[in-house]
Amino acid sequence: MMRCHRFRYESPATLREACARMTDAGGEAMLLAGGTDLVPNMKRRQQVPPTIISLRRIPELRETRITDGRIWIGAMTTLASLTTNPDVRNRHPALFKAAAQVATPHLRNMGTLGGNLCLDTRCNYYDQNYEWRKAINFCMKKEGEICWVAPGSPRCWAVSSTDTAPALMALGAQVEVAGVDGERCLPVSELYREDGIEYLSKKRDEILTRVLLPVPVAGEFSTYWKLRRRGSFDFPVLSVAAWIRRDGDGIVEAARLVLGSIASRPLLAPASSILVGSALSEEVIQAVAEEASSLARPLDNTDFSLGWRKKSAHHLIQGALRELRGDNPRELGPIARRAAELVPVF
Amino acid sequence: MSAVGSFSSHPPTRLSFKLNGEPVEILVDTYKTLLEVLREDLGLTGTKHGCELGECGACAVLLDGRPILSCLMLAAECEAVEVRTVEGLADGACLHPVQEAFADLGAAQCGYCTPGMLVSACALLEKNANPTRAEIREALSGVLCRCTGYLQIFEAVEAAGRKLAAGLPEKTGKTP
Amino acid sequence: MSRPLSGMKVVGKPRRRVDARAKVTGQTRFADDLVLPRMLHCKLLRSPHPHARIRRIDARAALSMPGVKLVLTGADLPIPYGILPVSQDEHALCLSRVRFVGDPVAAVVAVDEITAFEALDEIQVDYEVLPTIADPLEALATPEPKIQPYGEGNVHKKVALEFGDVDAAMAGADHVFEDIFFYQGNTHLAIEQHAAVGAVDPDGKLTLWSSTQTPHYVHRALARVLQIPAAHIRVIAMPNGGGFGGKSDPFNHEIVVAKAALVLGRPVKTCLNREEVFYCHRGRHPVTMKLKTGVKSDGSIVAMDLQTLLDGGAYGSYGVASTFYTGALQTVTYQVPRYRFRGCRTFTNKPPCGPKRGHGTPQPRFAQEIQLDKIAAVLRLDPARLRQSQLAKPHSLTANYMRLGTISLSECIDRVVEGSDWKNRYGKLPFGHGIGIACSSYLCGAGLPIYWNTLPHSGVQLQLDRSGRVTAFCGAAEIGQGSDDVLANLVAEVLGVDPFDIRLVTGDTDLGPVDLGSYSSRVTLMMGHAAIQAAERARDLIAQAVSAKLEVPVARLVFADRRVFDAQDPARGVSFAEAVQVGEAMHGTLGTTGSYRPPESAAKYKGGGVGPSPAYSYSACVVEVQVQPETGWVEVEKVWIAHDIGRALNPVLARGQVEGSIYMALGEALMEEMDYRRLPRHLSAALVHKFPSMLEYKSPTTLEMPEVITYLVEDPDDAGPYGAKEVGQGPLLPVMPALANALYDAVGIRVDEVPITPEKILRALGDRTAHRCGPKSFPFIEWPEPLRVPPPWEGGDGKAQNEGPRRRREGAIVAPDVAQPGLSPHPSTPEGRREKSDETSPAPELPEVLR
Repeated sequence: MMRCHRFRYESPATLREACARMTDAGGEAMLLAGGTDLVPNMKRRQQVPPTIISLRRIPELRETRITDGRIWIGAMTTLASLTTNPDVRNRHPALFKAAAQVATPHLRNMGTLGGNLCLDTRCNYYDQNYEWRKAINFCMKKEGEICWVAPGSPRCWAVSSTDTAPALMALGAQVEVAGVDGERCLPVSELYREDGIEYLSKKRDEILTRVLLPVPVAGEFSTYWKLRRRGSFDFPVLSVAAWIRRDGDGIVEAARLVLGSIASRPLLAPASSILVGSALSEEVIQAVAEEASSLARPLDNTDFSLGWRKKSAHHLIQGALRELRGDNPRELGPIARRAAELVPVF
Repeated sequence: MSAVGSFSSHPPTRLSFKLNGEPVEILVDTYKTLLEVLREDLGLTGTKHGCELGECGACAVLLDGRPILSCLMLAAECEAVEVRTVEGLADGACLHPVQEAFADLGAAQCGYCTPGMLVSACALLEKNANPTRAEIREALSGVLCRCTGYLQIFEAVEAAGRKLAAGLPEKTGKTP
Repeated sequence: MSRPLSGMKVVGKPRRRVDARAKVTGQTRFADDLVLPRMLHCKLLRSPHPHARIRRIDARAALSMPGVKLVLTGADLPIPYGILPVSQDEHALCLSRVRFVGDPVAAVVAVDEITAFEALDEIQVDYEVLPTIADPLEALATPEPKIQPYGEGNVHKKVALEFGDVDAAMAGADHVFEDIFFYQGNTHLAIEQHAAVGAVDPDGKLTLWSSTQTPHYVHRALARVLQIPAAHIRVIAMPNGGGFGGKSDPFNHEIVVAKAALVLGRPVKTCLNREEVFYCHRGRHPVTMKLKTGVKSDGSIVAMDLQTLLDGGAYGSYGVASTFYTGALQTVTYQVPRYRFRGCRTFTNKPPCGPKRGHGTPQPRFAQEIQLDKIAAVLRLDPARLRQSQLAKPHSLTANYMRLGTISLSECIDRVVEGSDWKNRYGKLPFGHGIGIACSSYLCGAGLPIYWNTLPHSGVQLQLDRSGRVTAFCGAAEIGQGSDDVLANLVAEVLGVDPFDIRLVTGDTDLGPVDLGSYSSRVTLMMGHAAIQAAERARDLIAQAVSAKLEVPVARLVFADRRVFDAQDPARGVSFAEAVQVGEAMHGTLGTTGSYRPPESAAKYKGGGVGPSPAYSYSACVVEVQVQPETGWVEVEKVWIAHDIGRALNPVLARGQVEGSIYMALGEALMEEMDYRRLPRHLSAALVHKFPSMLEYKSPTTLEMPEVITYLVEDPDDAGPYGAKEVGQGPLLPVMPALANALYDAVGIRVDEVPITPEKILRALGDRTAHRCGPKSFPFIEWPEPLRVPPPWEGGDGKAQNEGPRRRREGAIVAPDVAQPGLSPHPSTPEGRREKSDETSPAPELPEVLR
């Protein structure tokens, strides 16, 4: 049986205490939320923190509130409870679809929104047992010198594999992080860095506490398309989150298109200049797909061949935009059909 | 410290929770998962493991009524929770309707994914005794089975649901 | 006393299996569920190099760790073993050479598993890295360094057989089709990881509990390697949490924990992690195939010429048999008047391949069924009718001397054609939507044992007592397929009791008669016959006594409903328990045995030992797919399968085997693969499995499983118990080609390899000329002169014309090398070791071991 290394376990009861303990540990400790990312990583010895600070006992991290129409979601909210929250489901379908497609129902009952946002970047050369990584003499993300995906590269190319981050970026959400010096808010897009190792901009001892969703307005639509081999378990090999706001005549007033799982962070695609002012005609959708899919430069570090992932980007972007235009998702192919038929049960 | 972890020991932590309806108090090593504590410290080997990394679902148990994976849940995180395992499904010697249906309808072949399937199915049926096939597929999509092709499992869940919905819990004491 | 089949009370009735309650309550004890007092835990240190010489092992630091009790290395277990007598090429721990990443080098035994794991990292091994072979092409081109000391360069085995003059027949054919296919390797992925516990009994004998499909072969391997009389070793096959062929070899860890228990005098357990299970492998061989078929203008086959090239991995395993299996059953489905088969297995620096569900036959079945579809397309014939018109003939001999029994394939085809509305839908569905058909056959147990002997393949012993209790003892291993239920079912049927009345003791080499194991779909047929024989003998003894007591002739007695009574006056009778009492009073303690050995094969040529079976099952399958042309994404909408099972002993379980086969087949058809990678050669010598994990080795979930319509076609075959044939493997075979053929119907492309991924579909859609994705060439192989065996209809007698006299390796019935007091020389003497690979292996230079 795979087992974790031996570590010290602490479970502070307050956020203040947790921040203090993280700071005291001087970057050696790691935070434990749902455990679905950290625990396997510990068992594979990718992460071997001497101290684990559990967030489980901190009640405020589990709170979800609506203030002035804006939803505040505590970072320890499980992905499953997000999917059964009618406010999320009805007002922010991109987030609903993203959360409802993470891993499996069991893992969504454990995994948290904060944990998914902070998900360790992934790579075929990194997400392997200690023994396997030893056989390739490790990689620069852990214990090694080189990035096997791009051996000439000075940086690590591990892939951002979070489902919820692209959705939240498209929705224009913010996150709150807390440290010993207090809290600060930042847009989700600023939480990430384009580096497979240092992929988060927050300091190691800062704790992601809440997600703040904007007030939805009339004419707003969003969706999330996820590409993966199986309908369950699998991380995205490519994802598209899209959000638009249309006026009464159907003309796009604002738009955000985000691509996930093609880089070390979710990427905001330069699509709004084409989309804004358009009525989402087929020509516009083609143009956006052309433009945005050129951003997709996948490497050989996930399931499927990189060539196919790149080709599929075009298809996913088109499909997501057609869905926002009002096309029946059940007629937009298997990916959309599956997402349209999501039935959260727990 | 070695690359695979430190050899030094950390003190075990005291843990109390409810297991299949009974209170448990135990000292556990902090590095152990609920799976290890159930199987090794408490001797409940009904809960299985196929990967220990959250990739197969064999170790599913119910935590406060929801199916989770015991291989990824640190035991230390289980203070004051209620855990239900396959050993806690039957009412005494009387099998749960889901167990009866699995047994009768070929839903268990090798029996190895069965505990995880059963607890997941129970959690579903306790919320909704009349699930659609799509809901059953979704509820069990986190547990892999290599033997059955799932179809007899779906049928067993449906049959058990019908029995539960009809309010006729199996009390026949049918043996074995 | 024998009842007509219609009067059967147990056989054929859908029933809860006898071990169901244990399984649904979590009480089935699998090997890793065992906990013994003072038990220690073992972990294996595995090679990080794909090919290297071990220079030195320094275990001092590991041994000095608190809690570490023992470190074993290859020198502690120097005797080689292997499942086949011709390839005794494995060592429990590598002696001086590692041959793939994951090959075990040392073992640590400690007080708990985490300590054993931590200690692995403290063992320093000094390696001299050697060049590596990654695939069969490299193996053919690179004879040195040899991965194994035997074979020809890095070619493990070449076989060549010819039944009739194939070239002449091809020359006379109206059309000759030649295609090249590739079938990727894949693995069993049983959810239970292999585990074993070794312990020394209070009397000093050894017991091993293991998740094995073949306790008898593990028993032999232990006796050989540990040099203990086989009679002093007990192997208990725990119920397997899935097998599928993956637990059919004796494994390193089984021998290691047994040895460690002997050394330490304490129980020792190991449970492999998932990555290690991938390294045990023994799964589907990757096979490249060149298939040439000559047909008449009506599509009937006049000759077939098949070449196969297998990627065997680093060890022999079942590989010689696997190689023959890529050719042996090609004649069993359709009439093939002349047939040439040439197969070649190569060694590569990867985990060894072996038997997975369908053992060696899904690959050529895939090739033949797709090629038939191509033939139908070119000749404008309906693919279903093309098959119907040339099915193999029941109760006949094939070109390669397989003796066929009942064949209900025609009815199977009718069922799936009707069910799928084939006539109105094939070729008529809109672009992107299609259906395809394929057929197959499979054996019901290998006709020959793995090591040559004349003993029964399966034995069953019954013991009855005055309480009415019946206990059935048999060595067969329950791997989830329901062998325990078959045993109880048949004994209960004969004795007129309920299957739940039977107590079962199975998979235990100390307590039950030998059964060769759960492989080759042999248990239902072979154990079944043995069970019926034992039960009928018990019934006869009891009937004699009851007849005397009731003054009713034996012939009028009926055993049913837990009673024995007069058929003419059912009220006149006794309970089953009373019947056993009068039996016991008349005959003394009641016990009977039954055994089974398959009929002699008609194939008398060398290599003819692979393929013969007492009976063959048949399947026909239609698969419906939906393809998205933009991405190549394919979804299987529905599957219709009809299986010629002879008789379904328990239809609930039979259906489960069919649907489970479909599931596993769809996994291999669409996504599962054992894929390996090299790193850039100038930077690294690594050659690793791409993703030895449950997450990245893609096994379909509940969401991928389509609707399946199963038809069990029952036409009892006299060769099977109550007419039963196999059902555990055969239904897997037609699914992959039916799916590939459905793609052709849907979007007009051919994907001539598995897995059929969206990438490949897109590539075929983009191929404007051939509309195909698949291998383009088959390498040149220097084949030996084939053994020429004239087919039966050309006056053949089953022997090769150009084969010298054959000698059978006699005298290896007891595990070789084992001291049998008074029977054979002591194993440590040279006479004790006479296995082939021992002779060919030069004495290896052992590494220095520091401890």
